[in-house]
Amino acid sequence: MNLEEKNKINDDLLRPVFQTSRWFYVIVVLLGVIVLAGLGSWLYQMWFGLVVAGIKWPVYWAFYVTNFVFWIGISHAGTLISAILRLVNATWRRPVTRCAEVITVFALMIGAMFPIIHLGRPWLFFWLMPYPSERQIWPNFRSPLVWDFFAISTYLTGSTFFLLLPAIPDFALIRDRTTGLRRKIYGALALGWQGTTKQWHRLESAMQIMAIAIVPVAISVHTIVSFDFAMAPVPMWHSTIFGPYFVAGAIFSGIAALILAMAVLRKVLHLERYLHPVHFQNLGKLLLMMSLLWGYFTFAERLTVWYGNEPSEMAVFWSTQTGAYAPLFWTMVFCNFVIPFPLLAIRRLRTIAGTVIASSTIIAGMWLERFLIIVPSLANKNLPYSWGFYRPRPVEIMITIATFAAMALLYTLFSKAVPLISIWELKAGAHPRPVLKPQMEEEVEGLWGTRS
Amino acid sequence: MRALYALYSDPDTAQRAVDSLRRAGVADRQITVISSEPFEEYEFSHRDKPTWIFWIAASGGALGLVLGYLLASGTQRAWPLSTGGMPIVAMWPNIIIMFELTMLGAILATVSSLFMTTKLPTTKSRLYDTEVSNGRILVGIEEPREDSVEKLERTLREVEPRMTRITRIESV
Repeated sequence: MNLEEKNKINDDLLRPVFQTSRWFYVIVVLLGVIVLAGLGSWLYQMWFGLVVAGIKWPVYWAFYVTNFVFWIGISHAGTLISAILRLVNATWRRPVTRCAEVITVFALMIGAMFPIIHLGRPWLFFWLMPYPSERQIWPNFRSPLVWDFFAISTYLTGSTFFLLLPAIPDFALIRDRTTGLRRKIYGALALGWQGTTKQWHRLESAMQIMAIAIVPVAISVHTIVSFDFAMAPVPMWHSTIFGPYFVAGAIFSGIAALILAMAVLRKVLHLERYLHPVHFQNLGKLLLMMSLLWGYFTFAERLTVWYGNEPSEMAVFWSTQTGAYAPLFWTMVFCNFVIPFPLLAIRRLRTIAGTVIASSTIIAGMWLERFLIIVPSLANKNLPYSWGFYRPRPVEIMITIATFAAMALLYTLFSKAVPLISIWELKAGAHPRPVLKPQMEEEVEGLWGTRS
Repeated sequence: MRALYALYSDPDTAQRAVDSLRRAGVADRQITVISSEPFEEYEFSHRDKPTWIFWIAASGGALGLVLGYLLASGTQRAWPLSTGGMPIVAMWPNIIIMFELTMLGAILATVSSLFMTTKLPTTKSRLYDTEVSNGRILVGIEEPREDSVEKLERTLREVEPRMTRITRIESV
């Protein structure tokens, strides 16, 4: 790759940072209004109390907890996928990873908001944190809700570093091309990065370790979210399959979110030269595999319940198959399996448009899946006298819509500040593979200094 | 700090410049190579490759593991509440806390060791040229001997006579 090609990459990928079209402002204002409407709804709920939401006995977990599980699931798009692709050294990952990692950080932030919204008294949010009360009583570490705190904060910390560490060389690139206040800001973000051989090695070593560490953390996060349900003796929750079922669903919805984000970025930021149809095809194959896995888990879970024929579980089972929640259940099956399967399995249909359509239905289907895990079980508990029904209220619907707008808004603003394709990784991907033999590496090691 | 550096347009030439400097008697620790991307396939990029960062990360993880155990079991013993028939120090659920803190310890240790070994963040001026961002590769000598500057400048120029830009810095 010659200097002209390198500068072309710099110009293309830094264009969104340096140039602002009027569409950017239109989109920001539009999304901002929706987010403000969501914040207004939240304030309304704070003022009048949780009575304005549809949650009432026996269904105390509904839209907010659905959104919590859904967004934590979406967060698996980024860091987990990026880490796996980095570890297996998939060369096609380079334009994809940062788009994915951004989703993780923002989806986690949005997801983590929901337990606070669900509290009703959000100013007491610090009660969620594990610290001793004035009587020196600590929270119960045997509670899955405390596990959530540890898992989500570890994943958020790791994902934030996983996103920002490889962005440091790109911040340095922007620093060198700007003046005035912008130069100062990007100079601070670049942390004094030069690009010495030592810095590159340390960065790549650190990213390798982070990739190894983040995969089990990501899996643990959604497993622990599933434990919020599986540890409770509620019909169709108390199941050993919930951990892997939730993780599979999270990766499934995460890949779908990533495909949607990439398609929008490709179109809006004119990244056709970097996000190729092959990226969508490869992610489409992963999505197909996850669709099959999701179908397998759903079938296995339902079959086991049906075969067991426990009266309390069958009440929940039938409410989703033929009862009040059946329309939602069968819509979910269509969205997650029936529609995506042919679109992703038939090679001719696995185009950018095909993967985008499949991803859109999967996002809707996975939100429904989360809802159907939570609400029907609470509405049909063990004893019939505690049965009930849930209907969402406008406050919950508005807050839910606002979170989607918040995700889009945060993504849009981030794309204005940071190139959404890692520039140095893209350039490094164009190099021929290293040809140094092991014995030569040992000689080199001996030649160049000592460990530090 | 005094320095002398040249900017090259491709890694092959940068490698030749590094080799020439070595032949001219410059010690490896005095040679600095700066680029806007890593060049794994070149020998010059293998400088400083050995690192303790993996062991530091493992130590951070071990520390997190111990802290996780102490936090969970210590607080359970401090106020022994019986919950659901579980023992006071219940290892099964405590493993979750220990696992998360192990990974957090490894992640924080990795990030800290990255910053410490690369001496980041810094506000100090270091050898650098903004042309590096445009894809050029900087090969420089830090603190060259006064009487060898002319010779080193010639050495750097001879590698790529037409394209090389040589810069002397008296103090950075």
